[in-house]
Amino acid sequence: MDLLTQPVGLAHYLVVGAVLFVCGVVCMTIKRNAIGVLMGIELVLNGANLNFVAFGSPFLQGRSQDGLGLDGQWMALFVIVLAAAEAAVALAIALNFYNTHATVDVDQGDELKG
Amino acid sequence: MEFAASVLPCLLVTAWLLPLLSFAAIVLFGPRMGKAGRGAGLVATGAIGASCVLSLAALVAWLWYASGFAAPPVPPISGELYTLAEFPTLLAESLPLRITIGYYIDALTVAMFAMVTFVATWIHVYSLGYMHEELDEVTDPLVATAEGRPLRRRGRFHRFFQYMSLFSFSMLGLVVAGNVAMVFVFWELVGICSYLLIGFYHERKSASNAANKAFIVNRVGDFGMIVGLMAIWGSLGTFAFGDARDLWGSAARGIFSQVRPPQRDYRLTVPDGMVRLAARAEVEKIYRTAPSVAEAEAEVQRRLPDWRTQGYGYWLLVIAGLGIFCGCVGKSAQFPLHVWLPDAMEGPTPVSALIHAATMVAAGVYLVGRFYPFFAPEVLLVIAVVGCVTLFLAATIALVATDIKRVLAYSTVSQLGYMMFGLGVGGWVAGLFHLLTHAFFKALLFLGSGSVIHATGTNEMPQMGGLLKKMPWTAYTMLAGCLAISGAGVAGIGLSGYYSKDSILAQALSAWNAGRSPVYGLLFCVAVFGAALTAFYMFRLWYLTFVGQPRDEHAHEHAHESPRVMVAPLVVLAVFSVVLGWPLWGLTGLLKQALPQGTEAGAFGGLLLPGLVLPPEHAVHDDPSIHATVSLAAFSVALAGFLLATVFYGLRKLDPEDVRRTFAPVYRFLRNKWWFDEAYQLLFVRPALWLSAAAAGLDRQGIDRLVDGAARSVRDVSFQFDGWIDRTFVDGQVNRIARWVYATGLWLRTLQTGRLRQYVLLVAVGTVAIFVLVSTLRQFLPPGH
Repeated sequence: MDLLTQPVGLAHYLVVGAVLFVCGVVCMTIKRNAIGVLMGIELVLNGANLNFVAFGSPFLQGRSQDGLGLDGQWMALFVIVLAAAEAAVALAIALNFYNTHATVDVDQGDELKG
Repeated sequence: MEFAASVLPCLLVTAWLLPLLSFAAIVLFGPRMGKAGRGAGLVATGAIGASCVLSLAALVAWLWYASGFAAPPVPPISGELYTLAEFPTLLAESLPLRITIGYYIDALTVAMFAMVTFVATWIHVYSLGYMHEELDEVTDPLVATAEGRPLRRRGRFHRFFQYMSLFSFSMLGLVVAGNVAMVFVFWELVGICSYLLIGFYHERKSASNAANKAFIVNRVGDFGMIVGLMAIWGSLGTFAFGDARDLWGSAARGIFSQVRPPQRDYRLTVPDGMVRLAARAEVEKIYRTAPSVAEAEAEVQRRLPDWRTQGYGYWLLVIAGLGIFCGCVGKSAQFPLHVWLPDAMEGPTPVSALIHAATMVAAGVYLVGRFYPFFAPEVLLVIAVVGCVTLFLAATIALVATDIKRVLAYSTVSQLGYMMFGLGVGGWVAGLFHLLTHAFFKALLFLGSGSVIHATGTNEMPQMGGLLKKMPWTAYTMLAGCLAISGAGVAGIGLSGYYSKDSILAQALSAWNAGRSPVYGLLFCVAVFGAALTAFYMFRLWYLTFVGQPRDEHAHEHAHESPRVMVAPLVVLAVFSVVLGWPLWGLTGLLKQALPQGTEAGAFGGLLLPGLVLPPEHAVHDDPSIHATVSLAAFSVALAGFLLATVFYGLRKLDPEDVRRTFAPVYRFLRNKWWFDEAYQLLFVRPALWLSAAAAGLDRQGIDRLVDGAARSVRDVSFQFDGWIDRTFVDGQVNRIARWVYATGLWLRTLQTGRLRQYVLLVAVGTVAIFVLVSTLRQFLPPGH
């Protein structure tokens, strides 16, 4: 594979991000534990973040910029903040879920069934 | 004088419209005027009172205006207020036919205005007292409800005055009207007011029947009137009485100047229009043969006098006159249409006084007086005969009637007969003079009878008697009325009826003398005999009511003098009944100013009855023997009637019961009113009802069955098919769609498992699938995208 012989570039970051993303999705789908699902969500977000940072980096793009070129980093910071907020809300949901169902097994909460 | 001529129309038109204003106000706000509508009576009385003041002012203005003319015929003031419609004519030279609202004011109009508003004002005042029961809830003992209790209903005080105002407006409009179309409209309006007021107690079967009878009998007369109107309109092309200048300044000739053209010394002339209409075959022939229209027209004009002397159009004139008179027969309750007036006494007594004694029924006489120049001598003969038959017939029925109001009603019919008779024998001033005096004393008599009925609660004279002590005001004012109507007076001094009735009889005698015709002799003798009957039945009424022993203790105990608001009109009218005829006031002189031009020479020269000659009215004064004879005859017969009544009913020397037994068939004949009602019932009412029943039967059995059968078959057919079509097509289609939607929903429902992990998986797989799909499809896109 070319990637193994090449110096570390944008493609490598994208591959790592994709792996992280897929790991997250798989984790979300197979974990019955709500905490596990949350972990999967974090992985998905971080995979996306990695892409932002990689695409936003002037170094990786191989060109000098007029401005600071920190757009991708800004987006990553936003995502991190949102992830923190989301984690707080999700944990609160999990706690309430536990209060009502005495478990954190997401399969038990199928009240939305049509 | 110029000023008087210009102000007269304003005064009279305002006086005419004030009651309309009052009517409108009461229609809109009647029940809310004062407590229980009491204010409505005051509004109506105020309006007619103001009209009265204006009419009296107009009378003064007229005297001022008339003072500018030396000779009696004072030209009338006529004009138009508004043009309702205009029809172009085919004839080139004639003006367009117009229907207008106009006025025609002469001494007769002014005198009628003063009389109508004056009498109406006092009757309104009287009604304020008489109708006071209508202010509260009324219990009508004569009407039983379904449960058998007497009917209780709300009072109709304001409604009474509403109708009275409408009537006053209509009556004044009839008098002031400047053309026959307007007369006819107001003629019908007074008719409908009469209908509404006769049926005022419409819960009583007798009252609603009487109202219908009055209305329907009047229709018969009005049919004749419409025939007359059509003859006038079709031949003369105008409805206006007087000449009028139109917008272009050319004078449109009214009916009167066409019938009595000034060029021919106002002699009765068959108008050109009537001659042309009668000779239309000849006119057509001329037009067909002549080379040009102008020449044809000249030829027609040249031959018109010939045709006139040949008698073309004379029949048309006679028929138009008879038609107009036919309307008057209905309205003035002349034989043979007199049957409605006695029944009209079902209305409240003030209504009987105002409408069915003083004014509306006199409108027929008024119209005959107004149309007088139009009547050919033959028509006058018919008028005289009808009047004479009526006065005799009604007087005989009044002899035996026991209902106090019916006696007065027949007396009214009889007196109206006198007026018609007076006009028919050529006494224009005499007839209308009697109209004016009669209005006062007959209104007085009716109001007096109302006062008695109010006190005793009964109409029947056999239940009265001995009321003189209890109600002296009513009794003595009614005595004045009785004396006036009987024509009491001697040697040139007497009550109002004395002068008017004597002048009618004098003219009748003069007519007999002039022609020596036995017909007029008979008419004169019957009229004199009628005067005796008048005195007899009036004093019979007075004695039965006021003297002798009380025949009904309960009614007598109950009786009391009426309140002041009812007595005051009696006194005022009594004073006028006494003094109105006095030569001092010059009432006949006033009427003479309106004597239609050309009629002062008498009537003669009829083509159908050439021997018929009616002497001029002033001829009576030339021959002193006439007055002496008539005075003596009238006085002696009236005295005889009075003495006879006194012997029978005052002193009770003779028992009327004996006479009744001796002449039982005659009594029965009179008691049944000459069987007129029965005859009409048999001749007209029964066949009409039978015919309508047959028509209704045909309707029900024939037409209704056909329609019903068709409907039933359509319904049966539809019952057979409608369910099937509905279920199969309409319902089926809708249900099928609904079922399909339901099934789809049921299937899609299974996708919603509620399992979060499954959702996540689906989202991920779906996203990948979309990517795969899009990248696969990309290659099919055209290059460049």
